[in-house]
Amino acid sequence: MDFNQASEENLFDHARIVGKPHARIDGRLKVSGQAPYAYERHDVAAGQLVGYPLGATIAKGRITHMDATQALKAPGVAAVVTTLDVAPLNRAESNVARLFGGDVVEHYHQAIAVVVADTLERARGAANLIEVRYAEEDAEFDLEAALERLQNLGEPAADVGDVEAAIAKAPVTLDAVYRTSAQSHAMMEPHASIVDWSDGKAMTVWLSNQMIAWTRQALATTFDIDADAIRLESPYVGGGFGGKLWLRADTVLAALGSRAAGRPVKVALPRPLMFNNTTHRSATIQRLRIAAGEDGRITAFDHAAVSHTLPGGSGEDAVNQTRCFYAGENRRVAHHAIDLHLPESADMRAPGEASGLAALEIAMDEMAEKLDMDPVEFRILNDTQVDPEDPDKPFSQRHFVECLREGAERFGWEARNRTPGGRREGAWLIGHGMAGAYRGAPTLDSGARVRLARGRLVVETDMTDIGTGSYTIIAQTAAETMGLAMEDVEVRLGNSAYPVSSGSGGQFGAASATAGVYAACLALQKKIAAQLKVGAQLKAEELRFDQGRILGEGVDLALADVGDGDELVAEDKIHFGDFKEGLQIGTFAAHFIEVAVHAYTGETRLRRMLAVCDAGRILNPITARSQVLGGMTMAAGAALSEGLEVDRARGFFTNHDLAGYEVAVHADIPEQEVVFLETPDAASTPLKAKGVGELGICGVPAAIANAVYNATGVRVRDYPITVDRLVEGLAERAAHS
Amino acid sequence: MRAFRYARAADPAAAASAAQAPGAKFIAGGTNLLDLMKHEIETPTQVIDVTGTGLDTIAPTPEGGLRIGAMASNAALSADTRVRRDYPLLSRALVSGASGQLRNKATTGGNLLQRTRCAYFYDTAMPCNKRSPGAGCAAQGEGATTRQLGVIGISEACIATHPSDMAVALRALDAEVETLLPDGRTRRFTLDAFYPLPGDSPHIESALAPGEMITSVVLPAPVGGRQTYYKVRDRASYAFALVSVALIQQDDGSGRVALGGVAPRPWRRDAADEALPQGASAVMEKLLEGARPTRDNAYKLRLAERTLAALLEET
Repeated sequence: MDFNQASEENLFDHARIVGKPHARIDGRLKVSGQAPYAYERHDVAAGQLVGYPLGATIAKGRITHMDATQALKAPGVAAVVTTLDVAPLNRAESNVARLFGGDVVEHYHQAIAVVVADTLERARGAANLIEVRYAEEDAEFDLEAALERLQNLGEPAADVGDVEAAIAKAPVTLDAVYRTSAQSHAMMEPHASIVDWSDGKAMTVWLSNQMIAWTRQALATTFDIDADAIRLESPYVGGGFGGKLWLRADTVLAALGSRAAGRPVKVALPRPLMFNNTTHRSATIQRLRIAAGEDGRITAFDHAAVSHTLPGGSGEDAVNQTRCFYAGENRRVAHHAIDLHLPESADMRAPGEASGLAALEIAMDEMAEKLDMDPVEFRILNDTQVDPEDPDKPFSQRHFVECLREGAERFGWEARNRTPGGRREGAWLIGHGMAGAYRGAPTLDSGARVRLARGRLVVETDMTDIGTGSYTIIAQTAAETMGLAMEDVEVRLGNSAYPVSSGSGGQFGAASATAGVYAACLALQKKIAAQLKVGAQLKAEELRFDQGRILGEGVDLALADVGDGDELVAEDKIHFGDFKEGLQIGTFAAHFIEVAVHAYTGETRLRRMLAVCDAGRILNPITARSQVLGGMTMAAGAALSEGLEVDRARGFFTNHDLAGYEVAVHADIPEQEVVFLETPDAASTPLKAKGVGELGICGVPAAIANAVYNATGVRVRDYPITVDRLVEGLAERAAHS
Repeated sequence: MRAFRYARAADPAAAASAAQAPGAKFIAGGTNLLDLMKHEIETPTQVIDVTGTGLDTIAPTPEGGLRIGAMASNAALSADTRVRRDYPLLSRALVSGASGQLRNKATTGGNLLQRTRCAYFYDTAMPCNKRSPGAGCAAQGEGATTRQLGVIGISEACIATHPSDMAVALRALDAEVETLLPDGRTRRFTLDAFYPLPGDSPHIESALAPGEMITSVVLPAPVGGRQTYYKVRDRASYAFALVSVALIQQDDGSGRVALGGVAPRPWRRDAADEALPQGASAVMEKLLEGARPTRDNAYKLRLAERTLAALLEET
């Protein structure tokens, strides 16, 4: 099915099921422990052994010597594969560092061996018996130092108008530098795979992965084998956040271990390896200049940022949202990915946007203050309905102003204290802050297959559910389209035997995959129409599918009676046309935050969080809300506690466990409220839906930072906003008050 | 984890006797030791389970204090009505540590002996004088991350901190540790005597001799006053202290102050206690005199002072 123009009015505008709250259909399986996650699939292959990875302990250099003799002799050990035993594996496009093979070490905790044994404890114990010697090479790990050396923030990706002239003549300007820390996905379920490659021919992989087709191709490339010989299953994923978009070492090591041992092998990355072996979100340093007239209208943006990457990667592009978020005729943005030899930086929830908005939306707050304007009104004044770089390119839908107004109203924004440091309750300073959020709404082609038999519909697609609710919204889409009850639809996901979908990532999954399922259902309706034995041949469009029946001119038939008991199978995919390139299609939100900051220690406690979102048709308010809550929670961590600490001499993240890398815990998270505006976007998909999973993390850190400033009068421009960044400023203010 | 033998001791004497063997280690709640064994930071050849030694009572002493059995769980100790009434500082310190599940398993003796959370101690690829005497201290290398680490009482060989909250309260309360030696003798230590400073030998973390077992912790008679424990950390729960302050303040303004998160042991000095009536700055001038912070952890000095100031302000 081609989607070559915006949708007309359709069944989803009068939906019974889509857009209505529906509890997760896989919820019962999850809370009762019956949803099979990769590492727990004891039943899928007999004779499983356990593989334990060994990580390199230098950041850059060569391995000069490895001796696994003792490991091989250890009790229970079936096989040891070291990186010196294997020729360098091919590097799939999605990987920057090689996943295994050869003597080159590209980053700390890069996998250099796997030990296969009958138990985890024996494999782990034996892995420690492998002797390794290295020849270390000089390398650079300090983003701050690299930036100083380069004195160069990169070639502009956009340079419109005359930024310097606009800044020179503007009455109100800002020039500030912001920093975001490197962050880890730190998902609860580590990367894990069971691989059966016992015969070295057909490979079956049970894993935790967001993108089945990409990963199958990456495996084929890595091992130089035919993709058709590889089968992947990833029906449940215990958190991905972009960290499981790619093929990673767990799968590669399990495959090599399986081939060496001649048995299925399972590998889960141990938690201490997760932070340096897998990918992370790069740190950024961002310089932002904004110019405005006395009236508050922005005349120029200049946003330059650096991030870090292993040579060949792309880093964290923090400037992209600055191109389109606000009006202003002069604009320059530049991102420079600096080569460092820290572990591989790659996508993490709202890659680029989360970091960029964390800076831009503090800068907007600072500008509003300089202009003596309400930060909500400042943003409203500078709203744009067209791409500021290309005014002929409109936003398909943009209800940012409504988000701001609705949020301000619900939050009681007017009643806040406007003087920084001006409201105190006991030892706690109370502050309020807000920020805007903008994240694109991409769609990817997505396929599905549907099977109808005896009135029950099975949907098959390689789409994944990474905790997002894919199972449920796909069932809703199919039930709606086919006029069935939710109970009559079974959804099967995450299997390479199913049609290739968008997969989960980039906030494209929900919108794309449901559109693909809709396309497959329409194909099924065509087949049904062709089968109907009525006088004149009816077209599918002339039929209605309602409450388990097919209705039309001279037709009133139960779906259960279609096909004489034979299964009817149809497959199709949605293909999104290039008409979208003439539009900016995005999602928007306004975030409002109340914090309490301890006047002496600088501890920050969130007290209220509100998000108002403009994100197309919300397919299921329960699962969508859960997505936004998750984003807000992750953003609370990014704002207040999460930061990978870099050993600048040895080149690794030292806080590589969950005691050192502090994600938000329950006690950190207050009352959270999420409001969705009714804003279906016909240009997005037939369901008029967009994603929300990344919108929820965007802007929130800045809203928190702005609230901290309002509470304390101390402006912190470096994340995370920990006590050490506040305590001195608070003491100074106390001394002068 | 290396393979090890496991034995249960029926009473303290049997436990101490068994623990004399080279490579033997006591295990109680195991909340720290098991992690360390998985990392092979600890590699005992034999673990002696002391949870069945009957040392889990909390009983009054003739002096009017409390004798806390080494196997009393952190949860039980924090909830004990006598502790909550007479030593609220201790109860508060206990509940600020770890999580409910961990406090159910963790014991009084084990809590005292938990090991540092220094990231370089935990990463066995890094040189660490605690793990491997003479190997060097990665945390003091150029470019190291030290935001969590110690500012005082530290040495050229080690800048790790002691992670216990409970011990900080015990230090302020002048608690003492009672032990049993394999030969049947008993000993009694103040906390300062129990915890040697690292000096050149940071691998020696307590005064315990081989096989010597903590049997109890003795609290002197209640000292009254206003007692409070404030733990500053990077999130609201389930994190180690950046700085913690134990305060006992009498009506006349005198009292005691102990710090956690700054030193290799709970940190208290008499001269600092004496300065308490003069306020937080005066206390910290004495208490943190001689501090040797890094660029990344110098904030702890200010934070300690401000935290104490907040507690004093509460009155």
